[in-house]
Amino acid sequence: MAFINLKSKVIQVKIVYYGPGRGGKTTNLEYIYRRLQQRIQAEMVTIKTHGDRTLFFDFLPFDIGLINGYHIKIQIYTVPGQVKYNATRRLVLRGVDGVVFVADAMTVRREKNIQALRNLQENLAIYKKNLAALPLVMQYNKMDLAEQGIPLLGTEVLEHDLNRELRAPHFPASASRGTNVVATLKKIISLSVAAVRKEFL
Amino acid sequence: MSYTLDQRQLDRIEEILKTELVDNGVRCVFLIDMAGNIVTNLDNGEKQHDIYSLAALAAGNFGAVSAMAKIIGENEFSLLFHKGTKENIHFNKITTEFLLITIFGNDISLGFLRLKVAESVDRLKKILEPLAASAS
Ligand SMILES: Nc1nc2c(ncn2[C@@H]2O[C@H](COP(=O)(O)OP(=O)(O)OP(=O)(O)O)[C@@H](O)[C@H]2O)c(=O)[nH]1
Ligand SMILES: [Mg+2]
Repeated sequence: MAFINLKSKVIQVKIVYYGPGRGGKTTNLEYIYRRLQQRIQAEMVTIKTHGDRTLFFDFLPFDIGLINGYHIKIQIYTVPGQVKYNATRRLVLRGVDGVVFVADAMTVRREKNIQALRNLQENLAIYKKNLAALPLVMQYNKMDLAEQGIPLLGTEVLEHDLNRELRAPHFPASASRGTNVVATLKKIISLSVAAVRKEFL
Repeated sequence: MSYTLDQRQLDRIEEILKTELVDNGVRCVFLIDMAGNIVTNLDNGEKQHDIYSLAALAAGNFGAVSAMAKIIGENEFSLLFHKGTKENIHFNKITTEFLLITIFGNDISLGFLRLKVAESVDRLKKILEPLAASAS
């Protein structure tokens, strides 16, 4: 639910990184925070447990400048991926304008990705939202693990499992190395901003 | 689903927050929606806070407490208060979509603050209720 302030000409856009536990959502944000530090005035907010798992959310706000005379403020959130934190995932999704689904390319995580995507669809339904109608980017993360001989799901398998019907733009990525992290972010920003503009400006 | 507020609506909201709260000694006041967006914020000029992070955390905190209320069979807790040694923070729900947050020092009594917040909330509802009906 983007908020458009016609007085100060500011649009706030909410983007949520969703996906299974340990898939690399927080790692995406940490990389973005390091890379864009000059443009980010605020500190990254993270609410974690001892084991570095996200307990509530991570939050990163930044400006992307002017579009049609409006200042665009992007607010990125991650959800906690662990199954038991569904109540907090739901809270974070409230008012979402765009979603990045971070899937874990490790073969052993195949079922977890599918479950997390189903869970996203269920939680959006509570807010009467449909994933197919929402700006969405798929990220297939941890592709670097191939070098260590760890069995990975190929892009075709991930596309079949997760993106067969949604047909969202997708990126193979390595959040820890930064491969395609910024490309993923740019894509979801442009899709989300375009959707808000279409609705409003 | 997005929503807009125009110059006239925002001017009225700011006037309410200024006369009811900032002019009565509140350090900082902001109105946010439950998604964590800032609708408007005012302060007395003394301190700058990272308001975007505050808004995200406040919306999450209020949402978490509301979910707790449901689990124990309460419909909701419509207000929350956190006491510090120098600064205190008070949250009050305006409609299902909007929340009023005030930060104030120990020079203001909680009773007086609650009274002023309640008066502001009544006035803000008139502007925000029509919006809440259209936004989801
Ligand atoms: N090799 C490799 N490891 C990664 C990559 N991305 C994340 N990791 C590692 O995977 C683990 C989990 O990453 P997080 O970013 O915390 O995962 P998350 O999705 O935020 O997890 P939750 O907060 O529990 O939902 C960490 O040890 C990361 O270092 C990647 O691209 N490649
Ligand atoms: Mg995390």
